[in-house]
Amino acid sequence: MNKTVNPKDLASDGDGPLYAAQKKVYPQSVSGTFRRIKWGLMAVCLGVYYFLPFVRWNRGLGAPSQAVLIDLPNSRFYFFFIELWPQEVYYFTGLLIAAAVALFLMNSVGGRIWCGYLCPQTVWTDLFYAVERLIEGDRRERMKKDKSSDPLKLERISEIVLKHSIWLMIAWWTGGAWVLYFNDAPTLVKELVTFQGPMIAYIWIGILTATTYLLAGYMREQVCTYMCPWPRIQAALTDEWALNVTYRYDRGEKRTSVKKAAELRALGEQVGDCVDCYQCVAVCPTGIDIRNGPQMECIQCGLCIDACDNVMTKIGRPKRLIGYDNDINIHRRQEGKAPIYRIVRARTVVYSVIIAAVGGFMVYTLATRSLLDVNVLHDRNPVAVKLSDGSIRNAYTVRLLNKSGYDRVIAIDAEGPVNLTMHVVGADSVTPDRPMIVIPRDATSELRLLVTAPAENNSEKSIPVRFHVMDIGLGVAASATDNFVAP
Amino acid sequence: MTDHHSDIDSVSGKSTTGHEWDGIKELNTPLPRWWVITFYLTIVWAIAYWVVYPAWPLIASNTTGMFGYSSRADVAVELANLEKIRGAKMAALGTASLADIEKDPALLALARAKGKTVFGDNCAPCHGSGGAGAKGYPNLNDDDWLWGGSLDQIMQTIQFGARSGHAKTHEGQMLAFGKDGVLKPDEIVTAANYVRSLSGLPTRPSFDKAKGEKIFAENCAACHGDAGKGNQEMGAPNLTDKIWLYGSDEATLIETISQGRAGVMPAWEGRLDPATIKAMAVYVHSLGGGK
Ligand code: SF4
Ligand code: SF4
Repeated sequence: MNKTVNPKDLASDGDGPLYAAQKKVYPQSVSGTFRRIKWGLMAVCLGVYYFLPFVRWNRGLGAPSQAVLIDLPNSRFYFFFIELWPQEVYYFTGLLIAAAVALFLMNSVGGRIWCGYLCPQTVWTDLFYAVERLIEGDRRERMKKDKSSDPLKLERISEIVLKHSIWLMIAWWTGGAWVLYFNDAPTLVKELVTFQGPMIAYIWIGILTATTYLLAGYMREQVCTYMCPWPRIQAALTDEWALNVTYRYDRGEKRTSVKKAAELRALGEQVGDCVDCYQCVAVCPTGIDIRNGPQMECIQCGLCIDACDNVMTKIGRPKRLIGYDNDINIHRRQEGKAPIYRIVRARTVVYSVIIAAVGGFMVYTLATRSLLDVNVLHDRNPVAVKLSDGSIRNAYTVRLLNKSGYDRVIAIDAEGPVNLTMHVVGADSVTPDRPMIVIPRDATSELRLLVTAPAENNSEKSIPVRFHVMDIGLGVAASATDNFVAP
Repeated sequence: MTDHHSDIDSVSGKSTTGHEWDGIKELNTPLPRWWVITFYLTIVWAIAYWVVYPAWPLIASNTTGMFGYSSRADVAVELANLEKIRGAKMAALGTASLADIEKDPALLALARAKGKTVFGDNCAPCHGSGGAGAKGYPNLNDDDWLWGGSLDQIMQTIQFGARSGHAKTHEGQMLAFGKDGVLKPDEIVTAANYVRSLSGLPTRPSFDKAKGEKIFAENCAACHGDAGKGNQEMGAPNLTDKIWLYGSDEATLIETISQGRAGVMPAWEGRLDPATIKAMAVYVHSLGGGK
């Protein structure tokens, strides 16, 4: 009965373990086209993130002069010339839709290029690697130092301390920049350094410092492989035309050294261009061998392309043994046909159209957005009141929003199928004929509105009423519809 | 008992705890170290909490903790801060006149907000949460006022009440003409029909208007006026309008005339501070019924 099972067989289901302990990756530095693009994009991304809060934008007296500001206490969002109110958060929905579709579009054109070039995880990890390389040296040196049996030399300790201090400084600055988006940046910086900032700011800086340090310093490619959902849904987002970092196996096998290859070629034998130098593996930040075909871990950063191009140049073979390509073209080349690249396909056209439509709609609504808004809420308790002469009165709560930068004088009219008279509580005593009130700039005002219909018009249970509000100076108007109810 | 360190399970290759039930052995799989450390830290935290915060009951009091930490004291401080913030605004409410409050949008909003809460706590049981009233309890949203609907009159009614026993209360009540034997039953029916006719309601076919007019003039006009238009000095309702506090059907009117009515509005002076009463007056006035 007691058949002994090999413990190793219990550890996996035959497909390999679900999770493999992290094998430390030591990416080697590389130079080339894609590395240059990556440096450039990193500079742009980090520059924007770190310095945007300090960009000023003049909105006049009393309004915040920060170009990008999420003003939570006052529920306002400022983005250069745009100011959004809480009820306009649907713009963010639009933004999210457009961003999601833009990701799909990128994916259908160049695979996970977002991951390789623009994803914050990649950008900060890349930065942390740069620091590490600067202090501890390149791949070989780092590997040697990590393996060294005598790690406690003063020099080594100071290296480690220096690396972590710089990492922590970057992480801390990252957390610090985050909170600057929620308050006037120069003021907050002053408060923070004199320890007078709000507690919540310190807490957020702490959280983001910790996450940046851990994610970019330790978890690195593990985040891309295990935490990020993208590699799992990648297959659904891409198609056979998408360009992915691909080892062009059509350039032949076998892989052997330069010298051996030359000999074999001389004998008229088949040899590939790959000299099996492992440069592409050494530079890969996720530690994979792209020559094994497309893999879930690959973030399409193109660094292996740069590495291999350098090798190919040196040995005088054509570049782009690894390149952004797809299987279709590999087969076409094998069949002796010219490769074709189709950027314009049904998929990319549809995505572009969606982005343009969402973007266009947002621009349109932003451009035509009213700076005066009215909401009307019918009183429920009581719904209607009978007056002593038999006429009926309904009460409404009217909310007026003045989104503009100046005070407004607003007149209110009610319009319905019967002759209605109207009173605004508080305003009657000032302007008895036509209720008028002043709403301060960038503010809301709540009014109680009483509408009365004479007794003889009460045959119907409910009649529609339209409320018009108008800026009597500028003529800007808004309106809302509600019902007038009989008891 | 076997020494569990030497007892290795042949299947998994792990050591066992040495415990065995019917041939089933327990593998020695200790909790992860981080878990155990976290567990001990929570114990340390709990003990520290007992020491730092007031915690243990003593015979007559409790441990006071250290550094003066106390959630209760924190609440007191926050309440005091709130009072400080609100104090100035409430003071403005206390000094402004009723008419000025209604003209100033900020004060009006404050008075309405304050009034609404206080109304919900104190007035809603009788007048309803929206002031819609009920049978015998006036609707405060309409324009019919027993004791007057101006800001000052509303304020006065809230302050002193009606038939409340307060020295300055409104007095005056509907007499019990039947119970006290002033009117005979058939006269009461006639009076009831006459009162209905005043506001245009239909009357019994047998109703003798001249007789009703005579009864009204002799018994009711003193309070309700010759034309039945009421008198706010005495809280006598207007009988010619469409609003009836207790109901306008004949049976209810017969009951009212024979048994009398004397609804009570309590006085709020002394129970609520002046600024609050003012806020309530403004709120009630703004409900729509104010004149
Ligand atoms: S295989 Fe190449 S493109 Fe993919 S992650 Fe590695 S280096 Fe980047
Ligand atoms: S870098 Fe190029 S030549 Fe070197 S192993 Fe990779 S594919 Fe082959």
